[in-house]
Amino acid sequence: MDLFLAISTPIKVLFVIGLILQSVPIMLWAERRQSAKMQDRVGPTRADIPLPPALLPLRPLLKMGALAVGAGATIAGAFIVLDAFRAAEPATPAWVGGLAMVVGLVHLGIWRIFDILIPENGRITLFGLIHSLADSIKLIWKEDFVPPNADRLMHSAAPFIAVVPALITMAVVPFSDIFYPALWDQHVPASGMVDAAVRGTALQVSSLNVGILYIFGVAGTGIVGAALAGYCSDNKFSLLGGIRAASQMVSYEVTLGLSIVGCFMVYGTLLLEDMVRWQQAHVWGILVQPLAFLLYFTASTAESKRIPFDIPEGESEIVAGYFTEYAGMKFAMFMMGEYAEVILSSVLIITLFLGGYNLPFLDRGGFSFGFGDTVWYAIPLQHWAVTAIQVLTFIVKLVALLFLQFTIRWSLPRFRYDQLMKLCWQFLLPLSLLNIFVTGIVVLLLDR
Amino acid sequence: MGKLVNKPSKMTVGEQAYVPAIVAGVGLSMRKFFKNTFSKRENGDIATVSYPEEKRIYPERFRGVHRLTHRADGSPRCVACLCCSTACPAQCIHIEPAEYDVSDARYGYERFPKVFVIDELRCIFCGYCVEACPCDAIRMDTGLHMVPSTDRDHFLYDKETLMAIPGADGTHQSANPRHEPGDPSHPGLTRAHGH
Repeated sequence: MDLFLAISTPIKVLFVIGLILQSVPIMLWAERRQSAKMQDRVGPTRADIPLPPALLPLRPLLKMGALAVGAGATIAGAFIVLDAFRAAEPATPAWVGGLAMVVGLVHLGIWRIFDILIPENGRITLFGLIHSLADSIKLIWKEDFVPPNADRLMHSAAPFIAVVPALITMAVVPFSDIFYPALWDQHVPASGMVDAAVRGTALQVSSLNVGILYIFGVAGTGIVGAALAGYCSDNKFSLLGGIRAASQMVSYEVTLGLSIVGCFMVYGTLLLEDMVRWQQAHVWGILVQPLAFLLYFTASTAESKRIPFDIPEGESEIVAGYFTEYAGMKFAMFMMGEYAEVILSSVLIITLFLGGYNLPFLDRGGFSFGFGDTVWYAIPLQHWAVTAIQVLTFIVKLVALLFLQFTIRWSLPRFRYDQLMKLCWQFLLPLSLLNIFVTGIVVLLLDR
Repeated sequence: MGKLVNKPSKMTVGEQAYVPAIVAGVGLSMRKFFKNTFSKRENGDIATVSYPEEKRIYPERFRGVHRLTHRADGSPRCVACLCCSTACPAQCIHIEPAEYDVSDARYGYERFPKVFVIDELRCIFCGYCVEACPCDAIRMDTGLHMVPSTDRDHFLYDKETLMAIPGADGTHQSANPRHEPGDPSHPGLTRAHGH
């Protein structure tokens, strides 16, 4: 364990955990406020942070200050950038000008929406994001309740068993190509090996050689948490929810695994980073495996117990299903685990089918527009810029897919339990087997 | 004999696959989202009234908290006839009538309520007291709700409280005229004739 690994690994772990945990309040905001817009209602509007009354007279000053800084910085930045383009040796580099323009435009945006950001009565609502904070504080301070006849140890352990698999499965997902910190401001060409002396690290917490099988193994552990939670609360509704959760998750786990086997055959590897590289070199996975995409999307929605598959949670049917008897932080952990599983399924869909961190014409050396070996136009970029664009692409795809999953949640009614099981065993499973057969035949024919 | 019930027809392949239904559902959600966020009319289709910043407009005959109306000189119109307390089905009005002083113009002709207490917590807001009153002295046109409290005694509204509450239009007097004996516009109004 040398210094490079000792520093880079915690940073990557922090990035991954941070990505999940910072997304949870935003997903909570989406669930409560954004869903309201789609359902013809307003959502919660009462949480806010009041400005101290002594600071209220400063409000117009702040607004004018935002306008002044915005206009000034934008104009100054524009001058610097123009100067850098015209003169050979500019006084200040162009990136300073660019940064000034970005800061100025952000301030102009703040000035434009100032009345919405800080209203006249001084109550800052931040479009409803304060509610996530309020929810967290409330859940932390709630009483930690264990039902009298329930098994104390199991009741307390079940949320952890449900949350931890969702968090640690992100360890093998690549966020970007291999990053060489020593070459951060140079242009690394797209093809060709980098000097072996230069240390590089894939933006991936660990590169296991079982790759995606690690994800299936750990995700199977999440089932135990839900079933345990349902069983050890002294409550018939919880038991019903737990049983439904266990059977649903186990059956859809089978479909989940089988629907990806076609991808293994096409990509020829189990390692996620190699799958993404295949997609960079050829086409995105969704074009070669459209049926597998649909099957995997459906199965992962069922695996994370999202509507239309939220029979274990029930809501209006069995009170709250397997987490009826959980209050406070334990309930928050179940919710966090559910959102983490949504993020996990979105991330896996991106990695397997939507090209991972790739943009269509982006490779390690920058943008190069062309087909095959001919290149019409190339924009070489520095190494840090390429990595940053790749990470940003990943996050944008993640947000888009989360939006899709959430919108499906708010649009569809719930499946009945027998419809759900029938869907899995009589439709999705045969379709995934069919997918495997057809993919195998096609791969063999193409290899000839 | 049973009634013949039409079984629903078998689903087409498209309906069974459910994917077209999902697309239609998601499309509806997106249309609603854009309409509710970016439409010209505030909040699009949303019908929520953000109480207490916005309030629903109550009808004119809405029965709110009671008020006692005033005469021109500020005294209550109530003559302590006990019609309202008799008519009240919840028996929530307590009136103690008293005689005017001998020197007063209204001595022997009217009484006044020494104690007038309404227990708003027992009141069922039926409006019978308003209908029973012959003098238009008690009204429920304030449009107000009771102020919540944790103490039952706070809901005993006495005469000063009831007289201090204005109507929904802000006045304390009623639109019905009242002419006292000795009113120059009605010269025939004397003690002997009543009003």
